[in-house]
Amino acid sequence: MIRLEKRPTPSRFWTMATPVVAVLLTMVAGGILFAVLGKNPFEAIRTIFWDPLFNPDFAAYSRPQLLVKAGPLILIAIGLSLGFRAGIWNIGAEGQYIMGAIAGAAAGLAFYPADHWWIFPLMVIAGALGGWAWAMIPAILKTRFNTNEILVSLLLVYVAEQVLASMALGAMRDPEGGGFPGSRNLSQWPAAANHELVAGSGMHWGVVAAVVAVIFSYILLQKHMLGFQIRLTGQAPKAARFAGVNPNRLVVVCLGLSGALAGLAGLFEVAGPAGKLSIDFNTGYGFTAIIVAFLGRLHPVGILLAGLLMALTYIGGELAQFMLGLPSAAIQAFQGMLLFFLLAIDILANYRIRIGKAKVA
Amino acid sequence: MTDLLRLAGLTKAYPGVIANSDVSFAIAPGEIHALLGENGAGKSTLVKMIYGLVRPDDGQMLLHGAPYAPPEPRAARAAGVAMVFQHFSLFDALNVAENVALGMENPPKLGELAGRIRKVSEAYGLPLDPARLVGDLSAGERQRVEIIRCLLQDPRLLIMDEPTSVLTPQEVAILFQTLRKLAADGTAILYISHKLEEIRALCDSATILRRGKVVATCTPRERSARALAELMVGAVLTPPVRGGAAPGPVALQVRGLNARSPNPFGTALKDISFSVRHGEIVGIAGVAGNGQDELLLALSGEIRAEREAVQVDGAGIGHLGPDERRRLGLVTAPEERLGHAAAPDMSLTENALLTGAIRKGLTRRGFIDWGATRAFAGQIVEGFDVRTPGIGVAARALSGGNLQKFVIGREVLQEPSVLVVNQPTWGVDAAAAAAIRQALIDRAAAGAAVVVISQDLDELLEITDCFAALNGGRLSALRPTEGLTVDEIGLMMGGAHGMEVAHEVA
Repeated sequence: MIRLEKRPTPSRFWTMATPVVAVLLTMVAGGILFAVLGKNPFEAIRTIFWDPLFNPDFAAYSRPQLLVKAGPLILIAIGLSLGFRAGIWNIGAEGQYIMGAIAGAAAGLAFYPADHWWIFPLMVIAGALGGWAWAMIPAILKTRFNTNEILVSLLLVYVAEQVLASMALGAMRDPEGGGFPGSRNLSQWPAAANHELVAGSGMHWGVVAAVVAVIFSYILLQKHMLGFQIRLTGQAPKAARFAGVNPNRLVVVCLGLSGALAGLAGLFEVAGPAGKLSIDFNTGYGFTAIIVAFLGRLHPVGILLAGLLMALTYIGGELAQFMLGLPSAAIQAFQGMLLFFLLAIDILANYRIRIGKAKVA
Repeated sequence: MTDLLRLAGLTKAYPGVIANSDVSFAIAPGEIHALLGENGAGKSTLVKMIYGLVRPDDGQMLLHGAPYAPPEPRAARAAGVAMVFQHFSLFDALNVAENVALGMENPPKLGELAGRIRKVSEAYGLPLDPARLVGDLSAGERQRVEIIRCLLQDPRLLIMDEPTSVLTPQEVAILFQTLRKLAADGTAILYISHKLEEIRALCDSATILRRGKVVATCTPRERSARALAELMVGAVLTPPVRGGAAPGPVALQVRGLNARSPNPFGTALKDISFSVRHGEIVGIAGVAGNGQDELLLALSGEIRAEREAVQVDGAGIGHLGPDERRRLGLVTAPEERLGHAAAPDMSLTENALLTGAIRKGLTRRGFIDWGATRAFAGQIVEGFDVRTPGIGVAARALSGGNLQKFVIGREVLQEPSVLVVNQPTWGVDAAAAAAIRQALIDRAAAGAAVVVISQDLDELLEITDCFAALNGGRLSALRPTEGLTVDEIGLMMGGAHGMEVAHEVA
């Protein structure tokens, strides 16, 4: 008989090892999936994990893409992880990401075509505020009326998508765009563009912000009382109130921070890699970041690594679609498996597997 | 074979701990047999095996001379074994008869059942109206529902797990009369407790467990309570010492405190007033669920009240939260160790920070000084003899007694001027309990006002100067502890909660 037995203290080894084991299991299960689809599993796995970085035919294009894709994932996931640690479930980062992009782009476009140094910084601030404000809706509803932040933040994503469509088709449509939906191209307007900082690296201000967020979050959680209160509230809410934590304040702070970071990610995306606000400019980073946050065990360094890994599966997945003709649904299933295995293996950190009858200790 | 139940070599191990090792004893029909032991001595595991909730690893049981190994409680009940649990499993929204019916295999029609309930309750001096809602009953009356539910099955063996922890002394007396009557009719009773005087008053024989093993079998009437305690603990006990310092000025003043409970089934505090002077220990007794938790929350700052309702050294603090109160010298230790007083998955160091941050200056401009925090955690572990492999282990890895020593030590070492503790020695072994009581006494001797909320009357009589009781969210007037009799205390706790009738009948 196989039984699970709770460990007296969480295993350090398994806390570190579970993501690695989950990735390996995903490769095995994904390989089987690809084989069933009639593709060579080894080739498929190599195409996803190896070719984007090291195959000379693709690396020049796909290597910079790694940072471009990982930047927003990490930035959003860091914000989400703070709330998740406190048991505050912001599922609507995608909406905050969209609203950040809209607010940031709007703040810049208001001055088009002026050329001031402060336009880009202003857009950054407006982007953060846009995401923050969108996250304040579930925060206030939760603290005032005790609504469920999961539902409210999630449903607000669909509202944000409608706002985006309306902006791209209406108020913010490019007047010189010949009637096509979408805003002016921000990346071609030097005062507002989120430039690539080092040519050919994919590094832009959003990546810088993501790294800063990782460091900031690490210090907050390890060294600061607010970080301690966040962890305490997530682990033992009653003990947190006993320790003097104001739960409502924490809801506002955590949702606000995650909203602001998601908004920033949206702004950096719209002013850089995406270039302009279009109807379908959002590509699900806000949702994928939830996976990244958990894959990284809600730990800042883990999220950094998980963001890079997730970006790799995106790029490699595209490559596999294109090179091997794998259906995109198979790639999505592959990414989903990663979270599935992580959550399944996760139990080993707190439990050990015993086989057979209980022994007399 | 005159034994009703005979246990031979019962053994049960859980990972890391042997709950029962080679336990053997026998119960005769009509015998009231005590199972005595400290928390964690293995009493619960043993009765769970008898009741079919746990399967023994080894050993066997004989009921009426025939092998008995109930795979589930239903089989145990069918064999005539019934059990009244410490925690009731009753539905507040249903009436007595409906609750009883829910626990039966083939319940008769409710009208017929109500008649049987009346008959049994009268026969054993436990009057109970089958039509009353359980939500309106006192703890003592709820227990009667559980007992009657068992008696309707006409059991040969009735197991009672710590039945008196929710009763006032008067209610205990009534319960004992019922149990004696049952025994006289031939029902064997296995009575689990760690309350020695009760066992001496009630039981014919006793089996004493320590660390899962039978260490003695005796006739409790022939032993002193002290001798039984020493058998149970396995060590000679020294009672705490009190210095005779004169109390100083009033430190904590509670005046007309009203507070709603955060829990929908909790008890609201109604017009509570008392005061505690520096150097004084005030005990607050009461049956569980009469507002103890709410009083602690209202004093810790987790429930806020009117400003002047709680005063420390003359300053109104009723409107302040826990942190501000700590800053002003009022610290508290709640009853629930894991999850309220301490975060289970956090290390002892982090748990030291949990309440120590303010008074021990463990943060600077919001940044945590981990060095100082580790030093504080080490100080607690050392000063209060907390047995732990280190300060980095999670709180949940500690035994109840050790964690409680840590929690009390954490608060005492903050040198508060007012210290409020709820159930400081609940579920704690005797040696740790003695150490905790001594720490409370020492803190009072150092000039703090100490409030001990407890359901353990012996503890309160031992260490307090003044004494009051909570009953239905109201607090009785403070009385000096010296010279109080158990009867008087019982009346302060609400007497027999509407059981006087039963007293007369029985």
